[in-house]
Formats: sequence, C-alpha cells, structure tokens
Amino acid sequence: MALEITEPRPMGKPIKRKEDARLVRGQGHYLDDIKLPGMLYLALTRSPYAHARIKRIDTTRAKALPGVHLVLTGEDLAKLNLSWMPTLAGDKQMVLATGKVLFQYQEVAAVVAESRALAEDGAQLVEVEYEPLPVVVDPFRALEPGAPVLREDREEASNRIFHWEVGDQAETDAALRNSAVVVKERIRMPRVHPAPLEPCGCIADYNAARAHLTWYVTSQAPHAHRTVLAMVAGLPEHKIHVISPDIGGGFGNKVPVFPGYVAAIVASLSLNRPVKWVEARTENLTSTNFARDYHMEVQLGADRQGRVTALRVTTLADHGAFDAAADPTKFPAGLFSIVTGSYDFPVAYAEVDGVYTNKAPGGVAYRCSFRVTEASFLIERAMNTLALKLQLDPAELRFRNFIPSERFPYRSPLGWTYDSGNYAATLQKALDMLDYPALRREQAERRARGELMGIGISTFTEIVGAGPSNTFDILGIKMFDSCEIRVHPTGKVIARLGTRHQGQGHETTFAQVIAEELGLTTDDVIVEEGDTDTAPYGLGTYASRSTPTAGGAAALAARRVRDKARKIAAHLLEVRDTEVEWDGERFTAAGAPDRAVGMSEVALAAYTNLPAGMEPGLEATYYYDPPNLTFPNGAYVAVVDIDKGTGAVKVRRFVAVDDCGTVINPMVVDGQIHGGLTEGFAIAFMQEIAFDEEGNCLAPNFMDYLVPTAVETPHWETGRTVTPSPHHPIGAKGVGESPNVGSPAAFANAVVDALGHLGVTNIDIPLFPWKVWEVLRQHGVTE
Amino acid sequence: MFPNAFEYVAPASLEEAVQALVRYGDDAKVLAGGQSLLPIMKLRVAAPAVLVDINRIPELAGFREDGQELWVGALTRHATLEWDQDLVPRYPLLGETAGSIADPLVRNRGTIAGSLAHADPAADWGAALLALRGAVTVRGSRGDRRIAIDDLFLDVLTTNLEPDEIITGVHVPRPTGHVAAASLKLERKVGDFAVVGVALHVETGASGAIAQAGIGLAAVGPTSLRAREAETLLVGQQLTPGLIREAADLAAKAADPASDQRGSADYKRDIVRVFVERGLGAVRDRLTGIRAESA
Repeated sequence: MALEITEPRPMGKPIKRKEDARLVRGQGHYLDDIKLPGMLYLALTRSPYAHARIKRIDTTRAKALPGVHLVLTGEDLAKLNLSWMPTLAGDKQMVLATGKVLFQYQEVAAVVAESRALAEDGAQLVEVEYEPLPVVVDPFRALEPGAPVLREDREEASNRIFHWEVGDQAETDAALRNSAVVVKERIRMPRVHPAPLEPCGCIADYNAARAHLTWYVTSQAPHAHRTVLAMVAGLPEHKIHVISPDIGGGFGNKVPVFPGYVAAIVASLSLNRPVKWVEARTENLTSTNFARDYHMEVQLGADRQGRVTALRVTTLADHGAFDAAADPTKFPAGLFSIVTGSYDFPVAYAEVDGVYTNKAPGGVAYRCSFRVTEASFLIERAMNTLALKLQLDPAELRFRNFIPSERFPYRSPLGWTYDSGNYAATLQKALDMLDYPALRREQAERRARGELMGIGISTFTEIVGAGPSNTFDILGIKMFDSCEIRVHPTGKVIARLGTRHQGQGHETTFAQVIAEELGLTTDDVIVEEGDTDTAPYGLGTYASRSTPTAGGAAALAARRVRDKARKIAAHLLEVRDTEVEWDGERFTAAGAPDRAVGMSEVALAAYTNLPAGMEPGLEATYYYDPPNLTFPNGAYVAVVDIDKGTGAVKVRRFVAVDDCGTVINPMVVDGQIHGGLTEGFAIAFMQEIAFDEEGNCLAPNFMDYLVPTAVETPHWETGRTVTPSPHHPIGAKGVGESPNVGSPAAFANAVVDALGHLGVTNIDIPLFPWKVWEVLRQHGVTE
Repeated sequence: MFPNAFEYVAPASLEEAVQALVRYGDDAKVLAGGQSLLPIMKLRVAAPAVLVDINRIPELAGFREDGQELWVGALTRHATLEWDQDLVPRYPLLGETAGSIADPLVRNRGTIAGSLAHADPAADWGAALLALRGAVTVRGSRGDRRIAIDDLFLDVLTTNLEPDEIITGVHVPRPTGHVAAASLKLERKVGDFAVVGVALHVETGASGAIAQAGIGLAAVGPTSLRAREAETLLVGQQLTPGLIREAADLAAKAADPASDQRGSADYKRDIVRVFVERGLGAVRDRLTGIRAESA
C-alpha cells in the first residue's frame, strides 16, 4: 500500500517521501536487481602496479576456462579505436591499458563469462607480464625537474595538466604587502571517495536485429551519457536507450563514464547478448573516481581590526593518472573561485595547477558543486588562523567581514554575482542555538583545569545550480534542465525531468512543486526520471543543481499548464479569460468566488469539453536556462572534547543553520543535512585514500576506508534562515551539498580551537586520534 | 568479489571432521562462524579447496562448569558469552570482551574458538584468554591435547595447531574471591580491528590484596601478548594509584607494536599505558563496590 499524501497546498510541508514506500521495504529496483535472459557477466583484470610497462598479455588460460565467452584487451579495443576514451574534463583515459599502466588497479583486461564468479576466475587467469617503472605519488615531486613523465601519450613532456588562475595577482600581492597582519597556512584536503553503498555498474544489451542498444547504468546524468556514448562509440543516438534505475547513492561518483562501462558495451556488441558489469567495493574505492586531493597554500591579509585586505591562494590539484574530473568544460578547477566565501574582500587571487601522478584518475565533485568544498574548507580554515593571530573571537572576525545583506546582488572580486544571503543573521541564529557565550565561558573553565574543549565555526557560501548557458557546458552541451508535465483526463499528473535522483527525494519534492502550482496534492503527481526515451533532455543530478535547474523547469512547466487551464476554466465558468482568478487551489470567476472549478474538472474538459478552436490535451514542457547560479549558505558550529590520553575527539554538539532559500520540504532538507554532515564528519575524522611510496592504495576496502555508523555519528541540531533566491521561479537554492561543503572546516576549527592556547593553528584532516596525540605530545600534553 | 570455487563438507561428528582434515591437509579450512574466514575468502586472500563445516557437530556446542574450570564449546557464539545471565556476573571479562567484538551480526555468528584458531593479534579473545589464564583442547588424528593459551599463538595468524587439529573447547579457571575485569579497546570506528586492546582480570583474596592478576594486550605485537611483569607487580598488593601507574608503565614496556595507518609504535605503546591505568582504576572501583555490597 502506498502512502496517501492528499494534503492541499503541499509547498513547504514536511511530507513523507513518496519513494520510501518502496525503498524502505526493499522493493526498489537497482541495477544489480536486473537480470535479462541470456545475460553474461564481465569482470576486469587489474594492475597490481602503480606504474609499469606491459611486456606481454596472455589470455590463453582465461579463454580456455569453460564458461568464458570473451576476453578483451587494450589491443582488441584499439582495433575499434576504443582503447582510450575522452573524459568529461577534456582529457583522455585508457579503457583497457595498452603499453603501460599508470595506477594500481588500472583496468587491463575484461573477461566475459556465464556467471560473475566464472568471470572473476577468468580475470585471475589473464597473465600479464609487467616491467615496473619509477612511481610518482607526491604531486610536488611530479613537477620537479627530472620527475618521470607519466603520460607519454601527450605532446607535453610534463606532468602538469593545466594552470588556471583568477583574480588580480599584482593588486593582491600589493595589498598583502601593505597589510598590518598576514597569516599563511598550508591546508590539505586529502583524497577521499564518495563511496556510495551501491557501487557503479551497467548492463549493455545490444540487439543486432534492431541495431539498438539498451544501456542500464548507474547514471546521475543519463541523457549526457547517451550523447557521450553516441559521440564516442559512433552509435546513432536515437538507437541508444539509457535507463538509470533506482540508484543507491551517487554523490558525484556516478557522473563520469568508466572503463567497465565501455568494456561491457563492446562485449555486448561483439556477442549480441546482454553483458552486466558491477564493480566490487574494492574496485569502486580504487578506480572509479576519488574526490578532493587539493594541496593549498593561503595568505590572508588584514588590518588590526580584522578587516580582511586580500586573499591569495596557490593550489596543486592531484588528478592521478588521467584528468577525469567532471567539471564544466570552462572550469578545470571547478568553481574554486568561490574561495572568497561569505566575505567582502577587496581583492583576491587564486591559482590552481593540475598534476598527473600514479594514482587513480579523478577527481569528481563528491557531494560538491565542483571544488567548492575545497574552496570553502580553505577560507574557513584560514579565517580561523587569522582569528587566532588577531586574538579575536572567530565569530566576531566573521561578523566584521561578512558581505552585508543590503549589498546583494553582490559581485565578488573573483567574478561571481551572489544572489542573496543574510550571513550575520544566519550565524547569530547558530550562536543563539548554542548559547555561544556560555560555551566560551565553559571552555575557559575547562582549560584552567587542563581539559581540552574546542568550538569551531564555519560560515560557508556555496555556488550551485550549474548553470547559465552563457557560462556552463559539458562537452559543449549547455547545462539547462527540463520538465515535461502531462495532466491526464481525471486530473492525475505524470511529470518527467532531465535530472536523476539518487536519494534526494525528487519524487516527493518535485511533486510538491508541481502540485502547488496546479492546486493538486502530492499524491496526484508522479515524478519519473532516468529514462532517456521518456524524459526530456537534461544534464542530470549533481552539484546541487536539480532544484535550481529542473526545479525551476517544473514550476514553469506547471505554470504553462495552468495558463492553458485558465482558458479552459473561463470556458467552463462562462466568463472571459481575464475574469478568471486563481486562488491557489481553484479557478474562480472574478467577483464570484462561489463559482469555481478545480484542476481535475479542467483536466477532464481538456479532453472532453474544449472551447472552440482550442488544441486538446493538457501538457507542457519547459527547458529552464537559469539566469544565474544560486548561493546557498550556512553557519555551522561544532563543539568538541579531546581525550588527552588517546587523542580521540568527541563531537559533543553540532549546530547547522542552513539558508537554502525557499524550502520545498523541510523534512527532506533535514535529511539532506543529516546525511551530508555525516559525510563531512567522516572526511574530517576518518577518511583518506592514502598511498604508500610504491603507489599501493592503502584504503582499498571498508576495513581501511572508514564509513561512520550510527555509533560514531554525532547528534545533529538543525536550524534555518530563509533568504529566497530572487531569480529562481520559487526562490529555492539547492541544499544537498551544503553540509558536506561546510562541515569539515567546522570540525577542524573546533579541534584547532581546543589546542589554540598551545600555539597550534593547523592539523591536517583526517583528524585521526594518533594525529591529535602527536600534536599533544609535541606540546607536552599527556594524561 | 566472489571466493574461488571450493568443496564443502559438513561432518556430523568430530571423528569425521578430523578424518576430513587428514584427507585434505593444508587444502582444508575449518568453518565455524566464518566471520574472519569468509571475508578473506571473498577478497581471495584465502582460497581453501575444501571447507569443513563443523556447525553440525553436537559435542562442540554449549558450555558448562566442571571441577575447577569453565568449559566453553568451540561453537559457542560471542553473543552467548555476551548475554548469558549465569556466566556474565562470574566471568565478567568474558562478557565485557564479547560485547565489544565487531557488531551484533558478527557476534551472533562468530565463535570464541574460531577467533582463537584464526590467531589475529588484534582479536579480542586472545588478550582476554591470556588475562584469564585460559587453555584450549584440540582434537586431531592423534587424539586430544590441551594447550595453555600462552603456548597457542606462535606468530601472526599462526597457532601451534596441526593441520588435522580442531579446537574443541576453551577452558577458563573458575575465579576464587572477588573478581573484577575491564576490557578497553581503541578502534577507529565500531567493528574496526583494534588499534590497541587491553584485557584486565583481577581476583582478590580475603584480605583485599590481589591474588590473581591478568593483563592481556591486543594489536601490539605479532600475537596477543601478556604483560607479565605488570601482573607480577600487582600480585599480593592493594590497588593504589601509584601501583596502578607503575603497572601501566610496565605493561607499556611489554608491548611490541608496529607503526602503521592506525598510529605509530610510540602511540600504541602509550595507549597501552593509558588503558591499563584507566582499566585498573575501573577494576579498583568495581572491587570497592563489590566489597561494599558483600559487607
């Protein structure tokens, strides 16, 4: 039985998620639930070396294993011109290695067999002879003279991928020279992984008779994947049907195209049978896209009163073996230029150099609108250091530098136009929720007793909703999004969007938006996404873009429906079009509110009783090209206690006040905040994809890549301020990524705050207990 | 991933199980709870040709006290030792240890004997059985033999069991006098292998002086370790803060940890010190409570 959600005017109400009726009962339909007749399974042989010449590949034993149908190597793919594929970032990436391997666990051969177990057996039987080459793990070393050039396929004999800069360097340097106070900090945001509980996978089902490919894939962007596939594989786009079924978490991991996808498609084309590839957990963590890995150096200048005078940032971005980031084409460092954050800085300059190393390729925007997390972490950590230097309360320093609410729309020194915000009110609300002055008093008392307690603040601003077509594209495709609404004769609605949710709650929230516009209930509207044969073209769900783009399209498509409905209502009410009023639930005759018709009566009339000359039906499609991005923001405060004996940090309280503009469903927003905070907590305290000197991945499974459980996860306290986006059709901004973007700095600032009296200004995350213990020991603190 | 293909046998008696081990030798692995074996098979780190499932052997089930000791059958699950209302009050270290193992799913399936046979130095039972001065009985083609816990572990994942031997049960001496225990574990998240584990078991005599002291250490050496000098120091003494600190320092010296992703050797050694000090403090408080109750 489905939930009945028949509340009128659903906008802003905590309506239970419609999708949960199936998901929480185990009745979701995920990629690996799909079994097609005659389906074969693909497994990959992977490199044990991080950098090695391939001397020989012998597939004889694998091919001889009973049940094995096909073994593919890079040489086989080269004959199809598919041994390399383009990345979304404009680089290219090996599908199956030819000549050499560039990272541990790189894809070397593919084995297709009757069962998954047999395919894995076959993959083990592929014999590869390697000649190890010198390994480059450290991105700084990669740029040194004499470092081995990793990418021999490129013309440039260098490991530098790109240099990107923004802002005025000369003015920034001059301002720093003239500043009364300058702080410098090296801030590292380590390599982490989105690690969705469902790993990536696909089923390629090629039908030779129809010359048609059905491709079931864990895709956050099914239309974009269809187009990329048409361009790369040369298949006609109308003969590619991409179906993205229920997705068990994406977080950016399911935006790119992976070698396993291409291998499965080639195998299905070769064998004319469906071929399934689903990666194992280790494959997910070691080969399909990491995130972050930014080595940043920041200088922040200020006057004696704490007014910031200039910001300068230098960054090394470790992309691994291939630049497989999924950034919009014109942004090799994503939207890192949001690095001035919530503050009104007179001048700023940032530069980023992308570097190749012998690590897995990436990096994706893990629950982040393209490098916004790195930028936010940097500026929020730097503000903490500045507060320490000035001996100013970190909240007060922020109040002195916030962009004032009356300055919106605000043009940042690095070129963005912020839509709206009320940063001081948001921070004040968070401080009030905690009774901040009382906490500071408690901290002083505890410090006097030798106890370590810290309070960390992060007041971040995000930039989401890519994006306006004059700026944003992926491989040339503009980043609009879309919604198509069909109203059936009985007043029930199906809406299809170009986005693809993975737990964000679109089936509920977009139904609320449409129901609100049409005077219906959430129950009257079914939202469907993920099927390229039925949904209008869209760029997918990532970068908190769904509500800013497709959400706008949903509202505007619904208004188009309502415009036509108004004419039909006039006909039914026997008044002129101009004499019809909309009261939010019904059309009424002007001046006679008792004469009214609802949307379901209008819908029936659209098929049965039309005004003369009107086209039948009640449908609309809207492609929404947003005029600007949206700028959600928030104030997060963490309170921690440190165990002096073990270095373990206990998060005692965490208050998150978010401002994401208009709230469609507060319960869904809270759910997003809770999930993202839990990820931010893990990034701050538990997670790193580390490598040893030989390039061996040290976190290839959940034994060593730690995902928090309910036991570790702190209690989250949420609050809200609402500053609508002035340009969005319903004033909403996007919120899914804010907690992941904003929280790591709050945790790190809290730990540093607990140790600030010892002279500590920085500890690199993740804040493992041993790391904190080392710092305590250096400062003579012991139990 | 999927494990390599393997044969599976499920003998109904200990005799048949031993016969199977004799037949397959090193190619065979014993399957009890499977909570360590199956994960490493799925990673294809272990690839036994034959699994000998001992879960259908009745004489390996249950536990009982006979004579001067407790006998725990090899198939006893961690959860039984965590929750049994007869055992937990009298063998507090068994309950404390069992309750901190991994997660409830593992505790419902995993067995005490399987954990000991696996001989992971980070495992909880090795340290606890050292503190309790336990032993195991094994059955092989040459009959039964009893192995004191101090003689069981040879190296990382290596015991002195022969390939045809199965642990049939675990022996724990019955405590005399007042008993208190503490089990402390630092883990990066719940269910993680211990960064450092400390198991403490103290029995006091009529005078209140310590009659028996056991200190087992996990994850700080190639095997579970006994902090022998610290134990010796405690016996015959009253638990005072000064004595506790001294014992903690001695225990830290007994640790022989390796630096890894979980922390440096110095760090782990110091955690032993901190945990033994905290643990003995807790033991002292518990003994004080017990004496007050019985007075």
